[in-house]
Amino acid sequence: MLSPTQTLAAGLRLPTNGLDYAILAIYFAVVLGIGFAARRSVKTSLDFFLSGRSLPAWVTGLAFVAANLGATEILGMAATGAQYGVSVVHWYWIGAIPAMVFLGLVMMPFYYRSKVRSVPEYLLQRFDKSAHLLSSILFAFAAILIAGVNLYALSIVVEALLGWPQWLAIVVAGLFVLAYITIGGLSSAIYNEVLQFFVILAALIPLCIIGLKRVGGWGGMTDSLKSAHGDNFLSAWGGTGIGEANPLGANWLTIILGLGFVLSFGYWTTNFAEVQRALSAKNLSAAQRTPLIAAFPKIFIVFLVMIPGMVAAVLVPKIGMAGSGLTYNDAIPYLMQELLPNGVLGIAVTGLLAAFMAGMAANVSSFNTVFTYDIWAKYVKTGKPDAYYLKFGRLITAVGVLASIGTAFIASSFSNIMGYLQTLFSFFNVPMFVVFIIGMFWKRASVKSGVWGLLAGTTAAMVNYFWIYKQGVIDIPTDQGANFVSAIVGFVAGAVVMVVVTLFTAPKPEAELAGLVYGTTAPGLEEPPAEGDDAWYRKPALLGWGAIVLAALCYVPFSL
Amino acid sequence: MSELHNEVTELERKSATAARLFDIRRIIGGLFAVYGVIVTIAGITASDADLKKAENININLWTGLGMLALGLFFLVWLKLRPTAPPTPDAAE
Repeated sequence: MLSPTQTLAAGLRLPTNGLDYAILAIYFAVVLGIGFAARRSVKTSLDFFLSGRSLPAWVTGLAFVAANLGATEILGMAATGAQYGVSVVHWYWIGAIPAMVFLGLVMMPFYYRSKVRSVPEYLLQRFDKSAHLLSSILFAFAAILIAGVNLYALSIVVEALLGWPQWLAIVVAGLFVLAYITIGGLSSAIYNEVLQFFVILAALIPLCIIGLKRVGGWGGMTDSLKSAHGDNFLSAWGGTGIGEANPLGANWLTIILGLGFVLSFGYWTTNFAEVQRALSAKNLSAAQRTPLIAAFPKIFIVFLVMIPGMVAAVLVPKIGMAGSGLTYNDAIPYLMQELLPNGVLGIAVTGLLAAFMAGMAANVSSFNTVFTYDIWAKYVKTGKPDAYYLKFGRLITAVGVLASIGTAFIASSFSNIMGYLQTLFSFFNVPMFVVFIIGMFWKRASVKSGVWGLLAGTTAAMVNYFWIYKQGVIDIPTDQGANFVSAIVGFVAGAVVMVVVTLFTAPKPEAELAGLVYGTTAPGLEEPPAEGDDAWYRKPALLGWGAIVLAALCYVPFSL
Repeated sequence: MSELHNEVTELERKSATAARLFDIRRIIGGLFAVYGVIVTIAGITASDADLKKAENININLWTGLGMLALGLFFLVWLKLRPTAPPTPDAAE
């Protein structure tokens, strides 16, 4: 009953017809419509960059999930499922959930109440201009780079699936994103993310159902995978003892500390493309609930990417190896081609394109905020009227999109360099988290310790990765495993340097720390709770701990 | 710190999003109702080849009905709990 791999002679071109293109065209029209309809709500720069801090929690929560649910994530996590099996759940249940809950319960009160408009702006309040400028500039570069990589990835998939030339896909998708964000600002980006969330569910759920039926249900799939890859392929923790060999190249300690603690907390709690969604919520309660509401779908999304990956691994036993013609990243496109009839196929193509565009839009809409508020308004043109910054914001959004279109074209000719740069920037997230956590919880941490912690942590993570691992000084089996170890090294180095620098430099006066650091309160910051926010299902603590318990329970069937 | 506070509070006061931004439930509801109808019709008129490809599940029919239900859910929710009308002060 397994389909032969020779059916791929025609590549991954999908048998799309007019029906599928009609579905796609309707979506693009709606995307533009949202941009134009949101235009009349943009009066101030705060409307443009943070939706006036006025959106309801369920909207910002779904946008929080969707901003991360870009197509590179969807295809990449399905690939991880096809390659490593059930281990992919670590990125969700121990990777994302605890970090999202920590953001909502512990960090959000400091972010939201202090009224900072971006993550770097918090560093300016807590530390000094050098930490602020360093993180702003690096974030701005990284955001454009990632937006460009998303656009390039989109063009590859569109070329393979629909047969459009790469340059056409890059330009069309780039111009659509340019139009709807420049016109409607963050509201338009967030609304499109909410829409994309539902479309991608409508694409992945049918794919999982048919895929499972094709391989004989869950039982049939696990039996085939066990006989092909061994029992550990279906176990979350099997083979992760220290010193044991497993395909992931990581043990339980580096998974929990490196992935679960440092990497994930760095990404989810200090990446402005995510935090921005919560900062646009209408009050503190809604801001806290943003990542908590996001946590619940996040727990289950892993099944929607893992199952297609594992089904593909059954149908194409040689996937990812020489001679199969399919890479791990092709898992979902391959199943779309094999299993979906026209109609649902159109929904699936729309979902993938929507996810690529939303992934790009999330980066552009956080880039323009940091560039305008943190770089331009603080160091280049200070003290202009708000209308000036709104106009500048629109301009820099357009510039940002054009720069990512340029980046996408560069990526298409120098893809190695791009991969290298992405690894480089990923090392910057790690010390961001250590600087935040120490800055938020240790009043004494000095003004100067911020920038030195950032520099030391980044350097240490890079030295570990590029010298100790790549040059083979110590032996780590895979890039993935080395990433986890580098994260831990960067965290420890950043923390040590911050403590040492603090001991030799002056602390920030306590009055200036009010509301920024744990244990301080700033007078006049408490807002009265909004009507209805005291309902039990809106209690942040209940939502947060509920998500943690649910994620832990999900581990049970895969750990016994 | 208080400087930032005053600036953002002032911007929040002038902000027009709360008063003028449309409700996304209308868009989700509308789009999914339209998609639901289109895909359901594709399911009703599904060919044998379509059915065979999808392991004899009429996936267009079921997905279409599911999307239609989601679309109607959002429209009904909007009907039952409409957006609070803007305060006279905020509406220009």
